[in-house]
Amino acid sequence: MISAEHIAKLARLGLSSSEIKKFQKELSSILNYINLLEEVDVSNIDPTYHPFERGTNIRKDEAISQESDKLIDLAPSKKKRYIKVKSVFK
Amino acid sequence: MNILEIYKGLSEKKFSALEITKEFLAKKDKYNAFITISKDLALEQAKKADKMIAKGENTVLTGVPMAVKDNILVEGVKNTCASKILKDYIAPYDATCIKKLKDLGAVIIGKTNLDEFAMGSSTENSGFFTTKNPHDITRVPGGSSGGSAAAVAADLCCYALGSDTGGSIRQPASFCGVIGLKPTYGAVSRYGLTAFASSFDQIGPLAKTAEDARIVLNAIAGKDSKDSTSIGFKDKIDTNTTQLKVGIPREYFIEGINSEVEVLVKQAIKKNYDIMEISLPHTKYALAAYYIIAPSEASANLARFDGVRYGLSKAEKDLFNTYLKTKGVGFGDEVKRRIMIGTYALSAGYYDAYYLKAQKVRTLIKQDFDKAFKKVDVIMTPTCSSPAFKIGEKIDNPLAMYLADIFTVSVNLAGLPAVSVPIGTVDKLPVGLQIIGKPFEDHKILEVAKQYA
Repeated sequence: MISAEHIAKLARLGLSSSEIKKFQKELSSILNYINLLEEVDVSNIDPTYHPFERGTNIRKDEAISQESDKLIDLAPSKKKRYIKVKSVFK
Repeated sequence: MNILEIYKGLSEKKFSALEITKEFLAKKDKYNAFITISKDLALEQAKKADKMIAKGENTVLTGVPMAVKDNILVEGVKNTCASKILKDYIAPYDATCIKKLKDLGAVIIGKTNLDEFAMGSSTENSGFFTTKNPHDITRVPGGSSGGSAAAVAADLCCYALGSDTGGSIRQPASFCGVIGLKPTYGAVSRYGLTAFASSFDQIGPLAKTAEDARIVLNAIAGKDSKDSTSIGFKDKIDTNTTQLKVGIPREYFIEGINSEVEVLVKQAIKKNYDIMEISLPHTKYALAAYYIIAPSEASANLARFDGVRYGLSKAEKDLFNTYLKTKGVGFGDEVKRRIMIGTYALSAGYYDAYYLKAQKVRTLIKQDFDKAFKKVDVIMTPTCSSPAFKIGEKIDNPLAMYLADIFTVSVNLAGLPAVSVPIGTVDKLPVGLQIIGKPFEDHKILEVAKQYA
């Protein structure tokens, strides 16, 4: 049985109690439908994580982006070239 | 006008790129198809296009006004993903497909509405407003690329880009009566497309004719070092489309399909081909597998919207509460639902039962197609089980909304190319035929589509 309250916390979603109640009901009904998969026999079947497995595609380990300043500029709170983050510990 | 008509007009100097661009910019967006109009960029590109034409350096897409789904980055233009969490986010770079189109002189007139983060089938999940279907304004345009489909159908642009994760190009194309192509997974670089479910997402064109869709596909396809899953392949146009063996999967003509849609689709196929009935036995499980895998990938991909890196930030006393507040306020209901389903499916104790199981079912669905394609060249189905539904009809029932994707998700699970082509109407509402091809036979299905539009 899914607990919307617990899952929301794991996903870092801040929900009101009325939202939790609503999602609890909706998620249960969606998972109930998904349980249809229980009737499929998948013994000896490998999972497919990607439509066309082609191995890892790697490039040379060289810095190429010159645009990091543009990306840092998007941060809501920063100091020079550092992104400021709220305290993790009390 | 379609791409070739505008190209002809520009070549014969009937109008300039600037003139045609101004004409499109002056059109009224009656159906709320657009989130942002990129007027300055459009005029700048139009002037560049006129210079290219003057020098004889133009291509068929030069100076042609087009629109982009608002989850594909266009440098300097807002990219909201129809989410409050990205309401003021300005794209810092161009998606690879956008860069390619700009180089060809394409004129980007705006960014189109979608269901928030491409999650939905009606644009009703947009954080801003719902797009209306140009054929009936009380109905949805489909989704998630509903803004792009409506913009093409209402001639607010010549063609548009969309993205398709579970049917998000084909289903709105069907509802709005335009062509919509989901290319083979890997055909078009995903660099600059806001990630929803990375192993399914593909960018593709919505257009007025199959030939236009082919032109756009050729412009945006190709291997890209910035997307390691992209694969290069060539346009093969020498296809004989009259001798093809066409398979009709019996699992797609089941209870629940609109009977008039069924008749129309079968007539359209029989007009050109002998039907061979085939079976895709695991079709029944595709939607359930999809609604585990796609939300799982989404829950990981959307973790980045945390109020720290970019986008909305609701600063609280500590980091944990900043996360809670930012995501709680920034995301809409459907995005929250999918993040929670994905988080649940990937959480300790449930991973094997949900995520791993779904990925194994995905293998069975892929094998169904592999077996079928040994007997037939293309597979044809209805794109949707009914024409466009009413605005508000399914919004309070998430599962009913998911079922709108029932004929389109299998193709994404298997990575195949598929195109929806308009074949007629039921009660004045467009109906689409879905043509599914073997991997990298995108051009073949487009050639087949040319017999219809």
